[in-house]
Amino acid sequence: MTLTTELALLAPEIALLIMTSIVLVVDSLYDNPDRVLTYKLSQLALIITTGLVLLQFPEVSTHIMSGHFVSDPMSAILKIVLGLMTLIVFFYSYDYLLEHELLKGEYFILMLFAVLGMQIMISANSLLTVYLGLELLSLALYAMVAMNRTSAVATEAAMKYFVLGALASGMLLYGISMLYGVSGTLELPALATYLGAQTEANLLLVFGLVFIVVGLAFKLGAVPFHMWVPDVYQGSPTSVTLFIGTAPKIAAFAMAIRLLADGLQPLAGDWQGMLIVLAVLSMAGGNLIAISQSNIKRMLAYSTIAHVGFLMLGLISANQTGYASAMFYVIVYTLMSMGSFGMVILLGRNGHEADNLDDFKGLAERSPWFAFIMLILMFSMAGVPPFIGFWAKWFVIKEVIAAGHLWVAALAVIFSVVGAYYYLRIVKLMFFDKPVQMTAIKSSQEMRMVLSLNGLAILILGFMPGFLMTLCIEAMGF
Amino acid sequence: MIDLTQVLLLAAMLFCISVAGIFINRKNIIILLMCIELMLLSVNMNFIAFAYFLNDIKGQIFVFFILTVAAAESAIGLAILSVLFRNRNTINVKDLDTMKG
Amino acid sequence: MLEHYIPILIFIVIGLGLGCVLFLLGYVLGPNRPDSEKNSPYECGFEAFEDARMKFDVRYYLIAILFIIFDLEIAFFFPWAVVIREIGMTGFWAMMIFLGVLTIGFVYEWRKGALEWE
Repeated sequence: MTLTTELALLAPEIALLIMTSIVLVVDSLYDNPDRVLTYKLSQLALIITTGLVLLQFPEVSTHIMSGHFVSDPMSAILKIVLGLMTLIVFFYSYDYLLEHELLKGEYFILMLFAVLGMQIMISANSLLTVYLGLELLSLALYAMVAMNRTSAVATEAAMKYFVLGALASGMLLYGISMLYGVSGTLELPALATYLGAQTEANLLLVFGLVFIVVGLAFKLGAVPFHMWVPDVYQGSPTSVTLFIGTAPKIAAFAMAIRLLADGLQPLAGDWQGMLIVLAVLSMAGGNLIAISQSNIKRMLAYSTIAHVGFLMLGLISANQTGYASAMFYVIVYTLMSMGSFGMVILLGRNGHEADNLDDFKGLAERSPWFAFIMLILMFSMAGVPPFIGFWAKWFVIKEVIAAGHLWVAALAVIFSVVGAYYYLRIVKLMFFDKPVQMTAIKSSQEMRMVLSLNGLAILILGFMPGFLMTLCIEAMGF
Repeated sequence: MIDLTQVLLLAAMLFCISVAGIFINRKNIIILLMCIELMLLSVNMNFIAFAYFLNDIKGQIFVFFILTVAAAESAIGLAILSVLFRNRNTINVKDLDTMKG
Repeated sequence: MLEHYIPILIFIVIGLGLGCVLFLLGYVLGPNRPDSEKNSPYECGFEAFEDARMKFDVRYYLIAILFIIFDLEIAFFFPWAVVIREIGMTGFWAMMIFLGVLTIGFVYEWRKGALEWE
């Protein structure tokens, strides 16, 4: 394959890097009021890169850059979802940043760099690219959390995120070094071939596998490696929480697939057991601790942990349909999480964060429409049919049963019933409690429209889950 | 002659020291940053050893990337640290406890 | 056998020579007006002799942070320089692109005023 064709397949990433550099220079050279220029250019960058992904949608899987990079249907679909999600984050966060005096060009630039890192993670085909993409994402996120420089809580959250994130990267790297040492290769398919030919257990290999799974669990935020999640979600500015809670989950899922399915599939017997433990602990821990939270950002953080548990259930079966159900889950989850944090942003006003459960009291009286949207979101998160969240759980649990882990499936059902309690509590607060204050919700037309669309998408997708599922299965089938 | 196991053991010891440092240390955040750096260096040690004994260049290349990423990482860590110090007037790990629940 | 080391000898001679010439040039051409301030031992921004456990100005951190990054990115140049003949124009332009990205970072930090002391 010639260099030109290789570069053509890399076009989305190259375009994004060039655009981000342009935005960086433009933002530092022109002091545009309210960062409108930076904002628009960043949106343009995202649209261009997503457009390029769409334009060259791959039918087959191609390995380029000496096998470090892969272009396949799964990567294309995830990149498109990633681009769309980030665009929605842009829409939600602009007014918030303006109101909280956090509007700096760096917010958008860091976000673009994070997207670039995630694209690289999604398309990674070697241990080196996985690591580099992950670091590009993490470094951008650390800085974004610390964005609100005058807030003691935000900087504390940033410090915790940084230390634990770096620890996780270190663990992952240690595992990677072991795998490299055993197999002598960095490319994931070659690693899988090597491992497939091995018959006897190797101590170094077991070491490597454990560290890789621990690193992954840290990054995904699975119990018992979840300590950073609640603090980071609560401490960051809501617009940053919105970003951290959505797009990186897609990338983390891609990383799990690349490492576990593409690279370590022959060791599936070993990592399945670890994932079962992590998944059950996450579902239990997340759902139970979430009940006692009064801060909605913190509550959603624990709900994330629980959802990560469900996501891992999809990986447990270690086959194509299982991975497809996990992919379905992660896409649906990001959509729901996007809507929920969007609502928190919508309700905030004049520099006040609406991050207390009380802020949702009597929302039905203040704005019946958005109470309805929130109702959809919460029902979907809880897994009430016919919303899309139900289907996501359904597919995942079906896969677990097919893999023969009945008791895991039973636990998953029990914990999602437990989880329904705190989601439905918000619905109760909105519809049956008196509002604490009656100030009208003010926000831009843009924000209202996108948030409504976000909520309605969950409703509509719930009636046609087959479409998205077919897409996921095709993506995994390559 | 030093063999692979010895180097791996050294790297493993460095790694354990750094992880222990992160969890035991309750006084100074700068020590946390140093532990993180040490951890990455122990991984580098692993890579170099493997690259040498496998007679393969890829491990050495990986080390270059880890080094540069570690630099960027410590830069961000120090930046967050200085912001934290400005807000809190302390870099004591014990004081990082405003958020509970 | 020994002639293998001639390039090193030449390198040392040229290095020493250049150093001496520059030193002499500075000595001959530069104005020489000593005072007590100039003759005191110099340590960047500090008194030369005092308790080592003093607080640093936070601005040192900023400079140190920027230094670390640019310093280590340069590490990529060493292997590149060693094999530049073998990797040809592609390798050359790849490194130029890398330099370009670094320069953009530099432009950014310059424009943000990170390089100014006050």
